[in-house]
Formats: sequence, C-alpha cells, structure tokens
Amino acid sequence: MKRTTIALCTLLSAGLGAAQAETVAPTAIAFEEGAVAQSLTGVAGNAEEGAKVVSAKSQGNCVACHEITDLADVPFHGEVGPMLDGAGDRWSEAELRGILVDAKMTFDESMMPSFYKTEGFIRLGKAYTGKAHEGDVEPLLSAQQIEDVVAYLMTLKD
Amino acid sequence: MKKGIAALVAASTIFGAAAATADESAELTINGEIDIVTKTAAPAHLSDALDEVLSGWRFRSDQTQEMQMDDFDNPGMLGVEAGIEVWNTVDGSKGKSCADCHGEPEEMAGVKAVYPKWNDQAEQVFTLQMATNNCRENAMGAEPWKYDASDAINIEALLSSVSRGMPVNVAIDGPAEAMWEQGKELYYTRTGQLEMSCANCHEDNYGNMIRADHLSQGQINGFPTYRLKNTKLNGVHSRFKGCVRDTRAHTYSPGSEEFIALELYVASRGNGLSVEGPSVRN
Ligand code: HEC
Ligand code: HEC
Ligand code: HEC
Repeated sequence: MKRTTIALCTLLSAGLGAAQAETVAPTAIAFEEGAVAQSLTGVAGNAEEGAKVVSAKSQGNCVACHEITDLADVPFHGEVGPMLDGAGDRWSEAELRGILVDAKMTFDESMMPSFYKTEGFIRLGKAYTGKAHEGDVEPLLSAQQIEDVVAYLMTLKD
Repeated sequence: MKKGIAALVAASTIFGAAAATADESAELTINGEIDIVTKTAAPAHLSDALDEVLSGWRFRSDQTQEMQMDDFDNPGMLGVEAGIEVWNTVDGSKGKSCADCHGEPEEMAGVKAVYPKWNDQAEQVFTLQMATNNCRENAMGAEPWKYDASDAINIEALLSSVSRGMPVNVAIDGPAEAMWEQGKELYYTRTGQLEMSCANCHEDNYGNMIRADHLSQGQINGFPTYRLKNTKLNGVHSRFKGCVRDTRAHTYSPGSEEFIALELYVASRGNGLSVEGPSVRN
C-alpha cells in the first residue's frame, strides 16, 4: 500500500512538470452553464489528496460548511451548505469542476467561496492577517488541488 | 432564578450528550432580578429580512449561558469594578473625575441603550467611547483613550451594566441617517477573498454551525463581551475586525468611520433587545 502511494506520487510529480505549461489560468476559464469541461492541468486528480484538501482548515476547509459522511473522522462539519454525500451521482465531473472554480457561476450569489479566482475582490487581504494584500493574487486552491478535489467528489456515490 | 436553573439542569440532562449545543429557547434573568429580553420581534426597518431578533446569548452553550446569570460568575464584572475605580479617579489638567460631573454611575442608566447617537455639538455620530473621550479631552483636559483600550472598555462595561434590561433604542433617522445607510451598505458588502458579508453568516445562516462555531445573529446588545477564548472584555469594533479578517479581507480599524457606521447599523438591528453587557461569550 505504502509503496503504491509513493510510486503514484513520483509519477504525479513527474507528470506535473510536463503539465505545467498546460495549466489553465484562473482568468482563462471557459464556463458552459457553470460547468468547466477541460481539466485545469491535464493531470488526473488524486482522490486521496483531494480528501485532505476538503478536510484541512488551511486548504479547502469544505467541511466548515458541508457535512460528508465519508470524512466522519474529521471533527466539526458545518451545516451552511448541503451535505455532499452522493455529489458524484448528482453532478458530472465538469459540473463539479465548475462549482469548485467559481460556485457563483452555478448558484446565483452563492455564499460558497470561488476557489479558483484571482480578480474582482473587495478589500482583498493578505490571507488571514487583516492587512492589505500586495502583489500577485494566488487562488484559494491550486489548479491541481481543484482536480484532486473533483476526483474525490466523484467518489462520493450513494 | 431558581426555576431558571432547575429548567437548565433538566435541559442539560436530556441533551447531556450534546453539551456544547445551545438552548436557543432559554430565557435570561440576571441575579434573579434583571429580566433580559433575548428574543423579540425585529424592528420595522429589518422586517423584510428577519422576523425576530435574538441575542448572541441564546446561541451559547448551557455553561456559558449560566455564567451570565449571576454577576459573581460573570468575569466581565471585574471590568465593571475596574471601571468604577476609573470613574472615581481624578485625571487631566482640570482636576476632575467622571463622578465629579456625573455623580454615581447609576445616574447614567439609559445612556448606553441609545448609543451610537448623533451629537449636535460635534455634528457627528458618537459611539459611547467617543462620548467618553469627548469628556476626557474637553471637560477634563485629559488624553483620549485609544479605541477599545482597557480603560475605555471598562468604562463602557460600567455604563452598559447600569443599563442592563433596558431596551436598545438607537435612532436611525434625522442627522444620523446618512451614517446608518453607510453602515447598512457595509453590512451587505461581500469582502475579502472569501467574498462574504456580515449578512451571509449572521442573517442567512444564524443557528447553523460553521465548522465548530454556532452562528448567532451577530448582535451587539451584549457588548462589551467577556470572551472565554481570549479571557478579556472585547469591544464591538475589535469583534467586527475579527469577523472581517476572517473573510480574508483588509480590515477597517477600531474607531474608523466605517466601524462607527457599522456599529450604528448593527446596534439598530438589535433595537428591542435588552442591553446585556458585559455579557459572556465563547
Ligand atoms: C462558506 C460556505 C462554503 C464553503 C467553505 C464551501 N461551500 Fe460548497 N456550497 C455552499 C453552499 C451554501 C452551497 C449550496 C449552493 C448555493 O445555493 O449557494 C454549496 C454547494 C456545493 C456543491 C453542490 C451541492 C450538491 O451536492 O448538490 C458542491 C459539490 C460543493 N458545494 C462543494 C464544495 C467543496 C468541495 C468545497 C471546498 C473546496 C466547498 N464546497 C466549500 C457553501 C460552501
Ligand atoms: C467637567 C464635567 C464633566 C466631566 C469631568 C465628565 N463629563 Fe461626561 N459629560 C459632561 C457633560 C456636560 C455632558 C453632556 C454633553 C453633551 O450632551 O453634549 C457629558 C456627557 C457624557 C456622556 C454622554 C451622555 C449622553 O446622555 O449622551 C457620556 C457617556 C459621558 N459624559 C461620560 C463621561 C465619562 C466616562 C467621564 C470620565 C472619564 C466623564 N463623562 C467626565 C460633563 C463631564
Ligand atoms: C465567515 C462567517 C462570518 C462573517 C462573514 C462575519 N461573522 Fe461575525 N461571527 C462569526 C462567528 C463564527 C462568530 C462567533 C459565534 C457567533 O456569535 O455568531 C461571530 C460573532 C460575531 C459577533 C459577536 C456576537 C455576540 O453576541 O457576541 C458580532 C457582533 C459579529 N460577529 C458581527 C459581524 C459583522 C458586523 C460582520 C460583518 C462585518 C460579521 N460579523 C461577519 C462569523 C462571521
């Protein structure tokens, strides 16, 4: 088990270098009724990594707002958004990618943050310091993290 | 009072397994004599957004709720005691204390309930801290206190404590109206990289958990609040700053025009609730 994980990681990071050139920038996303068909990196998402991004406070922190039975070990799931069990049945991969990149393209005025967006903010701060942001804006999640989370959500079937 | 505790004990036995959840239907009486309105019909200006307004007290755990039912258990009352000390202390070039002009703190009962308030002489909206600093600078010849600094907060806690049980009744028309509108605008503006407004959390989602936090309506009738998290009395503007920071935004500063406007607006959303500070929160 451990060995396969390591092998997979090597494979992934080797693939990442090659794919870098193809990474779609947050400003170049093509939405189709909220959905995004094209992979952001060309590298298949890693569901295991995706689960970590969904759980971690410092990353997606999706469980702050969503309950996910599969992640019952992670403490404190919120109830601001719908439960994500079965999300992989309800939505296609392209739709999930679109919801993650910018949920407001699918749900009008959604409270869900836009995870792959770098423009149009009001009083953008420097992370959680309360100070003004300076320099280039990083999206909340990287292109590969988005792909990883999409891969994870696709495993949530009823 | 006794009855209140008995009910509380019964409730915590039934819901023993979920000790951290709040009893949103509990009622608050302080020291067995001061009845606090923690739930009432929303003021008219808010009626298209909310039916009723609720104090943050209702959203706290049984233990935290209980700490506020008796002044001996309320750590915020230590701030009030420190405030009494300051009230009676001479300061500034004119050799005066607050007590010299205002008498006993109890004579200020009702003041906290109507702040922030337009001040004719200064031609601006005054928060309670600004009114206090106005006296320090002009009536006492003393240095103004820094916004939300400990003396300022302790005096605010003192002035709040003598108004407990009185309904919040902040004026939103007349000369204060422009600032109230500014505050309303800020309340609904989605800030920072998370693009969230006060309303996203405190109007659309009160009662819901956001990760480990039980969202209240973000009312300020309980300020200053003693928070178990940082074990001190917290001012309204410092609380606003924390919430704005949590949207990954560049915050406004305590004492800024924006936060004065926001305080006026948020206070008016609680018109009808009782003045409750110093309250206990987590
Ligand atoms: C601050 C709250 C919040 C956060 C954080 C958040 N969401 Fe959401 N999400 C929502 C809300 C609210 C909805 C419901 C759509 C709407 O009406 O806005 C939603 C909808 C969704 C949906 C579609 C719901 C369904 O199953 O039918 C998915 C999928 C989703 N979110 C995934 C995520 C993922 C993955 C993350 C983290 C990377 C995340 N969300 C973070 C609030 C949030
Ligand atoms: C030399 C007299 C004097 C001293 C000393 C003084 N004040 Fe005042 N204070 C006044 C007067 C006069 C007013 C009314 C001014 C007005 O309404 O514009 C006032 C108004 C106030 C108000 C607003 C009351 C309201 O109904 O709106 C507050 C709050 C206040 N003082 C607090 C304090 C505090 C706290 C101190 C001490 C740190 C203090 N004052 C010291 C004379 C004084
Ligand atoms: C991301 C969610 C979020 C946003 C956005 C937010 N808050 Fe809060 N706020 C919280 C949480 C969580 C707490 C602590 C639990 C509670 O009382 O709701 C809190 C507490 C408060 C309190 C203390 C209430 C009490 O009774 O002690 C006030 C006041 C408040 N918020 C006002 C605001 C204002 C004004 C804004 C907008 C400038 C705002 N909040 C934006 C999450 C948020």
